[in-house]
Amino acid sequence: MADLQTNFLGIESPNPYWLASAPPTDKEYNVRRAFEAGWGGVVWKTLGAEGPPVVNVNGPRYGAIYGADRRLLGLNNIELITDRPLEVNLEEMARVKADYPDRALIASIMVPCEEEAWRAILPRVAETGADGIELNFGCPHGMSERGMGSAVGQVPEYIEMVTRWCKKHYDRPVIVKLTPNITDIRKPAEAAKNGGADAVSLINTINSITSVNLDTFSPEPSIDGKGSHGGYCGPAVKPIALSMVSEIARAQATHGLPISGIGGVTTWRDAAEFMALGCGTVQVCTAAMTYGFKIIDELTAGLSKWMDEKGYKDVSEIVGLAVPNVTDWQYLNLNYVAKAKIDQDQCIKCGRCYAACEDTSHQAISMSDDRVFEVMDDECVACNLCVDVCPVDGCISMVPMNAGEIDPRTGREVQPDYANWTSHPNNPMAKAAE
Amino acid sequence: MAQGQMVPGIVSGRLSSDELTSNFTDLHPPLAAHEAAVAADRCYFCYDAPCVTACPTDIDIPLFMRQIQAGQPEAAGETILAQNILGGMCARVCPTETLCEEACVREAAEGAPVEIGRLQRYATDSVMADGAHPFVRAESTGKTVAVIGAGPAGLACAHRLAMLGHEVVIHESKPKPGGLNEYGIAAYKSTNNFAQAEVDWLMQIGGITIETGSVLGDTISLEGLSENYDAVFLSIGLAGVNALRAGGVGKDGVRAAVEFISDVRQTGDLTDLPVGRNVVVIGGGMTAVDAAVKSKLLGAEHVTIAYRRGRDAMGASRYEQDLAASHGVKIMTNVQPVAVHGNGAAAEIELEYTSSEGGQLTGTGEVIRLPADQVLKAIGQTLEGAPEGLTLDGNKIAVTGAGRTSMAGVWAGGDCAAGGEDLTVTAVAEGRDAAMDIHATLTA
Repeated sequence: MADLQTNFLGIESPNPYWLASAPPTDKEYNVRRAFEAGWGGVVWKTLGAEGPPVVNVNGPRYGAIYGADRRLLGLNNIELITDRPLEVNLEEMARVKADYPDRALIASIMVPCEEEAWRAILPRVAETGADGIELNFGCPHGMSERGMGSAVGQVPEYIEMVTRWCKKHYDRPVIVKLTPNITDIRKPAEAAKNGGADAVSLINTINSITSVNLDTFSPEPSIDGKGSHGGYCGPAVKPIALSMVSEIARAQATHGLPISGIGGVTTWRDAAEFMALGCGTVQVCTAAMTYGFKIIDELTAGLSKWMDEKGYKDVSEIVGLAVPNVTDWQYLNLNYVAKAKIDQDQCIKCGRCYAACEDTSHQAISMSDDRVFEVMDDECVACNLCVDVCPVDGCISMVPMNAGEIDPRTGREVQPDYANWTSHPNNPMAKAAE
Repeated sequence: MAQGQMVPGIVSGRLSSDELTSNFTDLHPPLAAHEAAVAADRCYFCYDAPCVTACPTDIDIPLFMRQIQAGQPEAAGETILAQNILGGMCARVCPTETLCEEACVREAAEGAPVEIGRLQRYATDSVMADGAHPFVRAESTGKTVAVIGAGPAGLACAHRLAMLGHEVVIHESKPKPGGLNEYGIAAYKSTNNFAQAEVDWLMQIGGITIETGSVLGDTISLEGLSENYDAVFLSIGLAGVNALRAGGVGKDGVRAAVEFISDVRQTGDLTDLPVGRNVVVIGGGMTAVDAAVKSKLLGAEHVTIAYRRGRDAMGASRYEQDLAASHGVKIMTNVQPVAVHGNGAAAEIELEYTSSEGGQLTGTGEVIRLPADQVLKAIGQTLEGAPEGLTLDGNKIAVTGAGRTSMAGVWAGGDCAAGGEDLTVTAVAEGRDAAMDIHATLTA
C-alpha cells in the first residue's frame, strides 16, 4: 500500500485529506470525531476577533442543487465565521492538538484589516499548538460586507499587507485562502506570495443563489421571504477550482508556491486530480457534510490503490504531474486531427449523438431507417459532443488520425509535426517560422 | 371461517376475506413522487424514440418523461391523454414488455427499461386526482354520431368526436360501460373500480350520452342507426367464445374463462365467488393467464395452464407467463384436451401431448390425466352479432384506412375489426383514428 503520509509546509499529516474550515470543524466534538474517523487534518472553523461573537441567521443557512435521485451536486451557504467565543475555540483547539499530535490542525482566522487586530490574535493561536494558520480572505457573504473575507481577497494589496503582518507576528506556516470571486486568480496568489505566504489554498465559495421560490419569489435559502447570495461549493464547482489551481501552479510568478486544493473534492479521484495540478493537500467540506466523516475510508483507500497501480510510493510524487500539460489555447497542436468513432456493438441506438450533432453541431452523424448511427468523417470536426452526451461509457471515442492520412473533411494530409495558432497562416499576428 | 384450498369441488370462501383483499390489491402499487422522479430521470430522451414507435397510440413518451422530471406530472398526463384518452387504463393493462418497454433502449442496454407503464400511471393519476378534465369541445358541428359498444374503441372514438364538436350517443348492451376494461382484464390490474372512474372522467368532456341495455340486432339495428345518425362507429368487440373440441365439455365445471373473469370483476364480495380445487385453464393467451392467476388468488390449490403449442407460441408474453408462475400456476405446453371426465361434473381432464413439425400440430398419442373440478376455456373469442351486409375479413369486420367498413357512413374499430392486435391500446388508437376520419368526412 502506498504511503499517504503527507508533509505540507513541514506540517505532517497521515494523509493529504484535511477538512476545510467550515461547519464540520466548528468545535472540538466534531473535530475529534473527524480524527477518529481518520482525517489527516482540519482547518478549524474561522476565528474572529476577541469580543462578542458574530451571530448567524436563525433560518436556513444552506441551499442545494440536485442531480438525479436527489444527489447533491452543489451547496450554498450563508453561514458566517464561528459564532462561539474565541476563548472557547482556542481552549478546544489546544486540547485536540495535544491529543492528536500526528494530525494537522490549522487555525483559520478572519479579523479586521488592522495590524493590531492580527497582532492581538496571533500569539493566542500560537499558544494552542496549532500547526499553522489560514487567512480567510474568501468568504463572499456577510463578513465581506464588513470589510473582511472576500472583500480583502479581492484587493491584492490588502492580501499582501495582511500576509506580511501575519508573517511578522506568527512564526509558523501561513496559508492564504483565496476567493474565486475575482477576474484573475493569479493576482491575489502573487500578492500572497509577495507578502510572504507559505502557501495558498483555494477556492473559497462562489457567489451564488441556488434557486428562486416561484411561489414567494424569494431567493433560496430564504429568510423571512428574502435571500442573500451565499457561497457555492460541492461537486459542481470542481472544474472552476481545478482551473484556478492550475493557473497559479503554472504562472511564472507563483510557480512552485504550495497549494492546498479545495472545491468539490468528493472521491479519491477528485483529490488525485487536484494533486496532479499542483496541490500538496486537499481540503474537503461538502462531501463530508453530505455523507458524514466516514467517506475518508474511500478517499484514502482509493488514492492509495491508484498510487499502487501506477507505482507511486509517496504522495509528493504525484503533486504537479499534470501542470506541464496545462497550456494556453494558442499553443494547442492544430495538426492533431481526430474523428469520432461509434462502437456499433456498444451502441444502444438512443440517437442522442445524432440529435446533438444534427441540431447543435456539425451534422456529422448519419441515421439509417433501422437506427444505425455512423460518423461521417468528412463532416466530423471531432468536437467531442457526441462522446459527452452518449449515455454509454466508451461507446463513442475520439480516434486520432495518423500522420500521412488524408482528413476527408479538409482534404489535407495530416501533418506529423506540431503547429499551433501562433504560426498559423490565418493568424494576423502570426510569426513567420524561422 | 375460510374453507381452505383442499376442499374438493367448486366452492366459495376458500380464503378469508382479508386474504382475498390482500390478493386482489394492485399488482404494481403506484409510484410515489420521488420514485417517479428517479424512474423518469432514467429516460434518455432518445431521438425519434423507439418507444413512441412501439406505442400503438404514439404517445410522446420522452416528452412526458421530461415533464415528470420537470415537476409537472399533470402536464405529462395531458401529453399522454391527448394521444390516448384511456391512457390511465393502458398504463395498467398494456403489455408494455412487448410494446414501449421492449423498445426502450435501456432494455437493450441493461435489460432494465424505463418503467414507462408505471410512470404513465403516475402521470395520468395526477390528472385524474385533480378531478378536472383538460380537454374542451370545439364549437358544435350539429352532427350526431352513433357509437355501438362502450369499450375502449368506442369510448376513444366518442371522446375524440365530442372534442371535435359532434354529438355522440353510445349504445351499450351491458349494464355498465367500459367493455373489457370493466368486464375483462385482470382484477389486480384495475383496482378501486378504476374502469368506471375513468369512464366518468372521460364523460366530463360533454356531448356524449351512453344508453345501456341497447343491443344491436335486438333493440337497435344498423339500418335504423344509419338513418338517424350522420355516422356510425361499430365497436362491438368479440362477444362469442370459440368452441372447445373435446369430449365431455358439457359437464358441470367447464366454462368460458371470460365469463369467470367477468364474475370476478363484477362480484361485490370475493368470498362469495366459487373456484375449483384443481383448476385447468385451456389456452395460452392473456385471458388464460388472467383466469389462472385469479383462480390461484381465490384459493384454488392447483392451477394448470394447458397450452397446445410450445411456450414461444403463447399469446401471453414472457412477463405474463412469469407472473403466472410466480403465483404458483403450472404451465404445461404441447398438450391438447382430449376429454373432460366425470360423473356429471368435471373431475379429471385428459390431455394428449402434441408435437408440431413444420407448423402442423399433431397428437402423439401419449396422454395424461389431471384432476380438474373446474375447466376454464380461454381459447379465444369470436365475432358475434355483426350486422348483415358488412364485408368480413376472416372472422372480423373488414376495414380500410381508418376503420372504414364496406358500408358508407359506417366505421369499425377495436377487437371486432380486422387488423391490429386485440389490445386495449390498439382499440383506443383505432377508435381515435376512426373519429378523425369520421370528422373529416362529416365536415368535408
